[in-house]
Amino acid sequence: MSELISELDAAGMHPPVGPVDVTHGILLYLEDVSVSFDGFKAIDRLSLYIGDGELRCIIGPNGAGKTTMMDIITGKTRPDTGRVYFGQTIDLLKLDEPAIARIGIGRKFQRPTVIEPLTVLENLELAMSGARRMRGLMTTRLSSEERDRIATVLNRIGLTEQGGRLAGILAHGQKQWLEIGMLLMQEPRLLLVDEPVAGMTPAEMDRTAELLRSLAGSHSVVVVEHDMGFVRSIADRVTVLHQGRVLAEGRLDELQEDPTVIEVYLGAGDAYH
Amino acid sequence: MRLPPWLLSDRAGLVLLAVLAIIGIGVPVLNLLVPPDNPLHLTAYTVTLIGKYLCYALLAVAVDLVWGYMGILSLGHAAFFALGGYCFGMYLMRQIGTRGVYGDPVLPDFMVFLNWKALPWYWNGFDMFWFAALMVLVVPGLLAFVFGWFAFRARVSGVYLSIITQALTYALMLAFFRNEMGFGGNNGLTDFKDALGFPLHADGTRIVLFVLSALALAGGYVACRWLVSTRMGRVLVAIRDSEDRARFLGYRVERVKALVFTFSAMLAGVAGALYVPQVGIINPGEFAPLNSIEAVIWVAVGGRGTLVGAVVGAVLVNYAKTWLTGALPEVWLFALGGLFVMVTLLLPYGLIGLLRRREAAT
Amino acid sequence: MSSRTPSRAGFLALALALLALLGVPSAHAADDGSVRVVLLQLRDADFDGKTELIEKLVTLDHPRIAVILKALSDSRLYYQEEGDRVVIGLGDAADIAIEDAVSGAALGKAGKRDLDRITANNRLRSLIEDRLASLGLASTDPRQRKAAVEAFLRNPDPAGAERLRARLAVETDNELKDLLTTALTLADLASDDAAVRAKAATALGGRLQPELRGPLARMAAEDNDPVAREAARIALTRTEFRLQMLGWAETLFFGLSLGSVLILAAIGLAVTFGVMGVINMAHGELMMLGAYTTWLVQQWLPVNWSLPVAVPLAFLVAALVGIAIERGIIRFLYGRPLETLLATFGVSLILQQAVRSIFSPLNRSVATPDWMSGTILLGPLEVTLNRLVILGFCIAVFALLWLALQRTRLGLEVRAVAQNRAMARAMGVRSARVDALTFGLGSGIAGVAGVALSQLTNVGPNLGQSYIVDSFMVVVFGGVGNLWGTLVAGLSLGVANKLLEPWSGAVLAKILVLVFLILFIQKRPRGLFPQRGRAAEV
Repeated sequence: MSELISELDAAGMHPPVGPVDVTHGILLYLEDVSVSFDGFKAIDRLSLYIGDGELRCIIGPNGAGKTTMMDIITGKTRPDTGRVYFGQTIDLLKLDEPAIARIGIGRKFQRPTVIEPLTVLENLELAMSGARRMRGLMTTRLSSEERDRIATVLNRIGLTEQGGRLAGILAHGQKQWLEIGMLLMQEPRLLLVDEPVAGMTPAEMDRTAELLRSLAGSHSVVVVEHDMGFVRSIADRVTVLHQGRVLAEGRLDELQEDPTVIEVYLGAGDAYH
Repeated sequence: MRLPPWLLSDRAGLVLLAVLAIIGIGVPVLNLLVPPDNPLHLTAYTVTLIGKYLCYALLAVAVDLVWGYMGILSLGHAAFFALGGYCFGMYLMRQIGTRGVYGDPVLPDFMVFLNWKALPWYWNGFDMFWFAALMVLVVPGLLAFVFGWFAFRARVSGVYLSIITQALTYALMLAFFRNEMGFGGNNGLTDFKDALGFPLHADGTRIVLFVLSALALAGGYVACRWLVSTRMGRVLVAIRDSEDRARFLGYRVERVKALVFTFSAMLAGVAGALYVPQVGIINPGEFAPLNSIEAVIWVAVGGRGTLVGAVVGAVLVNYAKTWLTGALPEVWLFALGGLFVMVTLLLPYGLIGLLRRREAAT
Repeated sequence: MSSRTPSRAGFLALALALLALLGVPSAHAADDGSVRVVLLQLRDADFDGKTELIEKLVTLDHPRIAVILKALSDSRLYYQEEGDRVVIGLGDAADIAIEDAVSGAALGKAGKRDLDRITANNRLRSLIEDRLASLGLASTDPRQRKAAVEAFLRNPDPAGAERLRARLAVETDNELKDLLTTALTLADLASDDAAVRAKAATALGGRLQPELRGPLARMAAEDNDPVAREAARIALTRTEFRLQMLGWAETLFFGLSLGSVLILAAIGLAVTFGVMGVINMAHGELMMLGAYTTWLVQQWLPVNWSLPVAVPLAFLVAALVGIAIERGIIRFLYGRPLETLLATFGVSLILQQAVRSIFSPLNRSVATPDWMSGTILLGPLEVTLNRLVILGFCIAVFALLWLALQRTRLGLEVRAVAQNRAMARAMGVRSARVDALTFGLGSGIAGVAGVALSQLTNVGPNLGQSYIVDSFMVVVFGGVGNLWGTLVAGLSLGVANKLLEPWSGAVLAKILVLVFLILFIQKRPRGLFPQRGRAAEV
């Protein structure tokens, strides 16, 4: 059964775009991307490169264009100009949201969006790659291989105990983890994670940091976050967005010395520390 | 025979199927075998009435599938019901043959009356039962698919979708009122004689139609229950609660929606097709927006997203309607209107929800 | 609908009636007695004698002469033995109502056998028409003079032409001068000189009087002079063209009129749905309440005064009911639009049945005030006054609403809440109060729209239902949250409907428009003028 599923996977599930080509070590390219809403430039000639296996944090004040950037990568918003490539060969602008999800880009929303009337297990099952074809959908059972995959992810996000619970009654932090777990079930190459620790206790934040760090290497992870402490605890490289473009890029301690960054963001935003 | 686990765990559903089995056997017995002077005897009128309720219940199940599980509030499902009814009505019209008032072997009376010389092309084939039965599925299904395909691809959702489904059924109603459409205009299709050679007014035929309605409802229920128990069911819930989440998980939301919407329309079509021979008439009034909204309220009363609730709601509300419009006709619309308000304000999960909560509390 | 466009054929009769009613009694008017004497002679005279007597009557200058002559021409003039008098019959049944020919006093009914008809033949009839025309031409009332010229247009004759020429010399009214010239040109079509005929035909090209087309068409077909034929043909083409333009203008007007009704029905929704995001399925019933308010007002006040009272009252009634709905139901359902839709639909059923129980299920007829009845000329276009008034009313309501939203404190708060509820609350806007008032405003406008509708359609319990689908489509087509969109959408849908109607029939036109809208929404789910950016995501 599992072979059949992986065959179906290979045969039709992925759109005919071929495997991701990361020969240059770069997984995601955004080049010269602009988009405006009613004359307001949300993204202004933005260029950004995410390496394969990299964990990158994106920071910036409200309205800097962080969420819009995510929308562009995941196909929700079409840019007016610019190029967005996944690896060397896959033009993301030619794909729609489901297709982008299927080639291996997972997205966690700012507000945790898990399907509350379903159990934790069912949420993970829902997110499982291979389930998306019609034939895969018309079944009420799980194969043992699928059971294993779900168990692995459950363990990784620390919700093994809660597997049979409804997602709606989980604590806020647990919902965030479940959503990250759902991304993992998609087996993505790139995870886009929007504000994962908003509203978390310090202990929960530590576990989240650990989880995200453990993902880097085998996945590329892009984290948008306001909490500087959290950013410091996870990121090697940090990109500062401002008014829709990259203001600066580098290690957090370097950036904190950068006068332009201090002026637009850190200086004004001591509260974020 | 072993029941599959998804059905075994559906306790309310098993009760429903059992009740349907009892009714499906009991009603014919009480009608045919119990002599008319016995107080337990069911009259032909009552049999038809219950048969009608069963058809409504199937329509309600179809509405619940798209509204309760997928979050699409269709205010046009009566259109699919009516289309199914018209398709079967066309078959019944062709069966009248020379027994019509004008005795034309091919043309139905209303066409002769309008001085038409030939059958419109879209009436061809409806003299064959299998063709008509196929069309009962195809016509509502096709309309739903085309409509859904475009609407869902354009990401029309929420109240916008409700409004255009209402516009759809309204437009169809206006269209079917026109004599030029060739469906009998204002009067619709009526004066049916027989189906497959069995006279519709005979007791035996009525009973067969009744049993078929019970079977269709049971089958429709089981099909929907199975669908929502599969992974597809979870996708539907995901689409209902967070369409974006489903999309970013890689699901082609619009295709899923279009398919389930189509399936639901077909169920509604079957319900309409069984309804028409029992009540003996189909006219454009069946397309009225009020009918579609009434179907929604049946589901709301019973409890949406439960399937069983749809059946319960349809039967209860229609029983109340039969009783009230007979006893206190003035009150019926007040009661129905009040029901809309009360259910949405006080009983968001319907009667089934109320039962479940009580069960959970004890 | 109470306004009736009088047909051209009936115009003369109408003008004559006016002549009789308004006819200014001149200083040296003949007394009734001398008219009676002539009338009695008329009874026994042969046709030649009648001719003389008619000429004599014409010289008498009595206000009833025109009515009497018309009655004679229509064979409605009788001699009644009882009372030895001449009377005019007012009907054609066995028992007919009669009035005294000279005084016009009603005399009750009389059996036909007790009446002795005073006969006329066709020669007399044309004489009468001719003399009536001269009577009219000399009148001091320009309307009667116009009617007289129009009578000539229908039946041009050389003698008439002479009279027209004489009148033209002294006429001062410009419109009449123009008409007189047209009439004389028409007379020239009968000239023996082909050049004159051709010139006349060319001059008549593009003139819209329907009486001109017959003679021109005849000339284009039959005239033995090719130049004249060609001139007539070109003239006809020009007339056709102008008529076509006029037809388009008429369609446009009807379209705008329908559009104004759609806008009135939709504009309240544009507030409750567009600004607040609340689907109010009872909107149509609020219009119905406005219409019934109008009817109630008319039970107490004279019709001519009813509307100015009904408009504010209907606003108040509908607004109060609206606020009650908002406070009682909708506020518990914010953020759940589908539930709101169902609950308000329930309200609509209750309101319908309430009206049915209180006022009966039958339609109530709401009278149209005099100042809104009849027709008016807009250039060459004859339009019904009530539609024109409603068009103006619609624009006024729109303008007032727009001003209210843009210029008042409440409007500011409404817009603030619509954009960002939480922020507005933080700034001290009492959002619950704003919600109630906004809903009241939208509902009140529905009531006002109901007053307008009561002037166009039947007022019954189903009034609201027939507009609800249309008005939602208008709002969605225009783009939710955009008042201008509603305006453009309403007008364009109205015009589109009327453009389709002659080609497809009214019902099919409506279906086609609906189908178009359904397709349009699939193409542009946010309407003609969508709101963009973050606010639109909500």
